[in-house]
Amino acid sequence: MQVKRRVVLHFPQQKVDQPVICYLTRDHNLLFNILRASITPEDVGLMVLELIGTEADYERGIAYLAEQGITLQPLKQDVLRTDERCVNCGACVGICPSEALFLERPSMVVGFDPERCTACEACVMACPTRAMVVRY
Amino acid sequence: MSKTYEEINEKIKKGQAVVVTAEEMIGVVAEKGVKKAAQEVDVVTTGTFGAMCSSGLFLNFGHAKPRIKAGGGKATLNGVATYAGLAAVDLYIGATALREEDPRNQVFPGAFAYGGAHVIEDLVAGKQVRLEIEAYGTDCYPRKKLDTLIRLENLNEAFLFSPRNAYQNYNIAVNRSDKTIYTYMGVLKARLGNANYCSAGQLSPLLNDPEYRTIGVGTRIFLGGGIGYVTGPGTQHNPTVPRRDNKVPKAGAGTLAVTGDLKQMSARYLRGASFQGYGTTLMVGLGLAIPILDEEMAERTAVSDDQITAPIVDYSESYPQCVPGNLGEASYAALKSGRIAVDGKDLPAVPLSSYPMAVEIAGLLKEWVAAGRFLVAAPVDPIPGPESGRTFKPLVECPVEVK
Repeated sequence: MQVKRRVVLHFPQQKVDQPVICYLTRDHNLLFNILRASITPEDVGLMVLELIGTEADYERGIAYLAEQGITLQPLKQDVLRTDERCVNCGACVGICPSEALFLERPSMVVGFDPERCTACEACVMACPTRAMVVRY
Repeated sequence: MSKTYEEINEKIKKGQAVVVTAEEMIGVVAEKGVKKAAQEVDVVTTGTFGAMCSSGLFLNFGHAKPRIKAGGGKATLNGVATYAGLAAVDLYIGATALREEDPRNQVFPGAFAYGGAHVIEDLVAGKQVRLEIEAYGTDCYPRKKLDTLIRLENLNEAFLFSPRNAYQNYNIAVNRSDKTIYTYMGVLKARLGNANYCSAGQLSPLLNDPEYRTIGVGTRIFLGGGIGYVTGPGTQHNPTVPRRDNKVPKAGAGTLAVTGDLKQMSARYLRGASFQGYGTTLMVGLGLAIPILDEEMAERTAVSDDQITAPIVDYSESYPQCVPGNLGEASYAALKSGRIAVDGKDLPAVPLSSYPMAVEIAGLLKEWVAAGRFLVAAPVDPIPGPESGRTFKPLVECPVEVK
């Protein structure tokens, strides 16, 4: 069975210059879609990936990443809505490219589905009350 | 058959008034007809919650010992500029005021993280706010510097005084250019990527009394979670715009100037907001309780989203350059469905005004009226209606001769 999961990887300094994702796809049959990648001035790497493959390959791939000292967590833990700041205005809905933010009709309450979020961060500054928080 | 304000108030005081929200009134009139609805319903409540830039707060923080005169000097609240051109310890802070060091749009689009609106939210939330004053010193007000923390409960007075709130209808904003634009109508994606609108439609206060029959100077309102009052027509009040057969204006028309005691209000209904690339503004919760004096008011308050339209305006060119005309119109029913057509393209429509909060405010006001806490009142004076001929004039620039 195919699985499709969005994950956040944190690379330690000594792994930043190694082709880890290449091995992930070559040795563990996982397809990947890079949603975001960055290396800080301190040489710490951050990558947001969508991984696609069989459950068995996914588990093997994850184990390989852990062996490399790369920490991994589901993306949905990192994109949060501060509910007490959100006023359900809807300003975020028009600019969200993946429809992770949407209007529930007819109530017009703004819904948020972290599973559909690609962590593009367009909502962070578009939200007038700054209710959306991304912390990797 | 008609009712007077006094008759309605008698019922409210006895807890016998029949009160419904403007959303519920649509169903009441559809089911019972205008005549019966006018007999049975006494008050219809409305609500809106959205960004209203022309909002601000007057405050008096009491005299320091020795005395200091902020008037003519400089005063900031949490670093945000205030208007200090009043007496010694009166200040005004507007929603869009910023800190001197705010980078604004120097790196575009600016974040506008904190401004006057946020100071107002912090005060109403009971938080401490830093007040700094630089004064020139006089014999009677000798002190030249003050730096202290203040909070709402210790202020003598703090009242919102907002020159323009509760816009009756508004534009639908789109962007026909090739780049994303950052406006007070939110982020508008290039090539008609999205359409943003900002009225509560069928729940919106002035759309339920389109000719201002029951609203005028002195009208009691829900403002920011407390009780406030209409002081008169707001700035840019423009009652003469074209109207539909149901008298609902086809574009932004009437506005209200309002005031209310901040000490009664709540941060739930007054929120500091930051519009990327544009600035700060205050999101205000406002509601009107409309007395159903007769059949006409019953009919007006039963207006529904499909009977209210707004013009579609290009904010990349028409709005900034003041080019008249629009790209057509759409009903609030279409807008709320989530898709509208512009220039032959189907695009997502999203609100900037919170409909769930509008529902909450109309519901709360309904409870207040039903519980006898909130009476209706005849306006002390009317505000100019469609027959007034009053319009909203552009600025005519006159060349300045430099001597």
